[in-house]
Amino acid sequence: MLEKLLTGSKTYYLWLLFLLVLIAGCGLVYLNQLQEGLGITGMNRDVSWGLYISQFTYFVGVAASAVMLVLPAYFHHYKKFKRMIIFGEFMAVSAVVMCALFIVVDLGQPQRMLNVMLHPTPNSVMFYDMLVLIGYLGLNIIIGWVTLEAERHEIDPPKWIKPLIYISILWAFSIHTVTAFLYAGIPGRHYWLTAIMAARFLSSAFCSGPAILLLLIFLVRRLTGFDPGRDAVKTLTTIILYAMCINVFFYLLEIFTAFYSQIPGHMEPMLYLFSGHHGEWGWVSYWMWAAVVMAIGSLVILIPPQWRTGPLLPLALVLLVAASWIDKGLGLLIGGFTPNMYEAITPYAPTCKEIAVALGVYAVGALVLSLLWKIALGVKKEVGHFSD
Amino acid sequence: MYNAKAVIAGIVIFVVLASSPFWLGYRGKNYTSTGVVLPKDEKSCIEDTEFMRAQHMRLLNEWRDEALRNENRVYVSAKDGRKWTISLQNTCVKCHNNYQEFCEKCHVANSVYPYCWTCHIIPTEGK
Amino acid sequence: MNTSRRNFLKVAGLSAFALTSGMAALGGTAQAQIAPGRYEKGAKALTAKRWAMVIDTRKFNGPEDYKPLIEACHKVHNVPDIPTDQNIKWFWLDKYQHVFPDDMNPHLNERTKKASFPLLCNHCTNPPCVRVCPTQATYKMADGIIAMDYHRCIGCRFCMAGCPYGARSFNFVDPRKYLPAEAPNPAYPTRMIGVVEKCTFCAERLAEGKMPACVEASGGKILFGDLEDPNSTVRQALAANFSIRRKPNLGTQPGVYYLI
Repeated sequence: MLEKLLTGSKTYYLWLLFLLVLIAGCGLVYLNQLQEGLGITGMNRDVSWGLYISQFTYFVGVAASAVMLVLPAYFHHYKKFKRMIIFGEFMAVSAVVMCALFIVVDLGQPQRMLNVMLHPTPNSVMFYDMLVLIGYLGLNIIIGWVTLEAERHEIDPPKWIKPLIYISILWAFSIHTVTAFLYAGIPGRHYWLTAIMAARFLSSAFCSGPAILLLLIFLVRRLTGFDPGRDAVKTLTTIILYAMCINVFFYLLEIFTAFYSQIPGHMEPMLYLFSGHHGEWGWVSYWMWAAVVMAIGSLVILIPPQWRTGPLLPLALVLLVAASWIDKGLGLLIGGFTPNMYEAITPYAPTCKEIAVALGVYAVGALVLSLLWKIALGVKKEVGHFSD
Repeated sequence: MYNAKAVIAGIVIFVVLASSPFWLGYRGKNYTSTGVVLPKDEKSCIEDTEFMRAQHMRLLNEWRDEALRNENRVYVSAKDGRKWTISLQNTCVKCHNNYQEFCEKCHVANSVYPYCWTCHIIPTEGK
Repeated sequence: MNTSRRNFLKVAGLSAFALTSGMAALGGTAQAQIAPGRYEKGAKALTAKRWAMVIDTRKFNGPEDYKPLIEACHKVHNVPDIPTDQNIKWFWLDKYQHVFPDDMNPHLNERTKKASFPLLCNHCTNPPCVRVCPTQATYKMADGIIAMDYHRCIGCRFCMAGCPYGARSFNFVDPRKYLPAEAPNPAYPTRMIGVVEKCTFCAERLAEGKMPACVEASGGKILFGDLEDPNSTVRQALAANFSIRRKPNLGTQPGVYYLI
């Protein structure tokens, strides 16, 4: 099926060229980080994780979200997702690749990274995180490839793939649960020490991941004419809406517990995120309020059925993705580290170089996604599964 | 064969390139010794030369784990029962105090570049 | 490709995989000692079942009194002085409200409110940093000291997120750039870029029969001894005085006690 990569329009090649140039440029910044150390980032002694780890967390969610297509299709035999499933699985593959890269660029000594396997440590959540991510990557590559090949030959996929698919459904929940445990099991970080963290992660993943998928599918529809099917889009939008409602509900639960109990440790991170310190807003406060506005905006569009299916849908999805990204990709980490361990404030803002390295990882993810989706689209076109 | 000429030419080029280190090696001078200079004041290392030459890197790793994790900071030599304090910086390089003529000479000849000295301090600053 | 060849390749591949992984497992279990000699503890080494520290903050009058201790610690361990918030701290000072935030009240007496208190790694009995480390680069030794193997640290900084006391520092930059060309203590290594470091309760000095550098420099204002031994100086001091520890509600059981 790899030959599908070799034929494409001019736009396709220009896009690949653009990504490669971007990766090369950002790779140079990463080389600089390898030389100079993580000192080039905005991280510091008190805010010791930043943009890299927050992006890792966000994309574990995106990876896990493929299950929102696979689960209805295989547990509930919802046939209408069948045409789109491969795109979810391949998006999961590229998301896991990005996760791995975000971890690597965050390490102070990346050349020693295999120490995690050389000295396996079952008491560390990071050990399990490595295991589940590698497992999930493997599962999605195998399942995606085998089912796509079967589709191309217009035969049923081999029987042995079924158990793998069922495992991958449970596995998807595990990857984001384990990632939440990285945070939720740490004593003394008030914002993270909450039993609902894994549930929040999953709900946020199950709205933002499918939203990203739908947006990309809409883009592909415009570029290639591939149609996921009206009903499939409608059902997925409903799933996104429910997940977003649960996500917002869970955040409100956090706010209730913190502010009704009035325990300072629980209130302070949220107070800092939304109102800064001593009445002075940090940059993150503007972002957090923007997230609130965008979350409400997305719900306003998604809740009425006629708007949900109307032309405003892409806008709602963009708002939703942006809101969930700010919550999980910025607020989670900054709120966790502020106030610091001395109940004082150490500000953090990513530097330009840090953003460039993160952008490079995004570009690698986009490249993997483009190539995998190119193959999938080629096969769909070949066997006439392109539209109704 | 399809495209036979190009394929065969490609195979030939690959074989030549892949084996080039061996051909080029014939032109170089014969490998005899790295020319490491042994310490003048001390005649006896902790274990015999053969062992140290072959295993010093593994020994250092083991020393590190024994000293740092088990707090066994003394090594009793199998050769003569002499006791040595386990320390690269304070025992090994006390005798092997010429970094350029000892460590580096052999490491460079063998194209290995250990990064001991990003933390441990090189004796006499002989960089 | 015909079926039999395909099957043969499958079987061959599987057996190769099984063989190699089996070998790897064997290699993992059968790790014999490399050196022909044997290992033992130093004759002069100070030992304890559980090392602990008692800091008599009543005997220190302001930050000046702590200065020699900080200097001793940082000199002995080649700790660089980096003038940014990416700095390295092994032994440092802060105000009461930051050291004991849970015990703060607005009407605390002026002396305590204004005083400086020393901070260092607590060498917890139940250390979160050890729990979270994915490579066992941070580990607990038999005598209660939480030690680090900088060779193994991958710089993931999970321990920094895990430590509730902010006792850990990461080498964001090359520490040697901030040390004089001649290292302050040529007998002790520096650290390299990209690893985490912290106070070690001077395990290397205890092995030579010496007290930790800060204890030695304090002239008796900091006590160091075996918490399991009822006759040790630390146990006697704790029995005779009121003492507190940092964030006791987290269950980490710090090994550093403060007499207030």
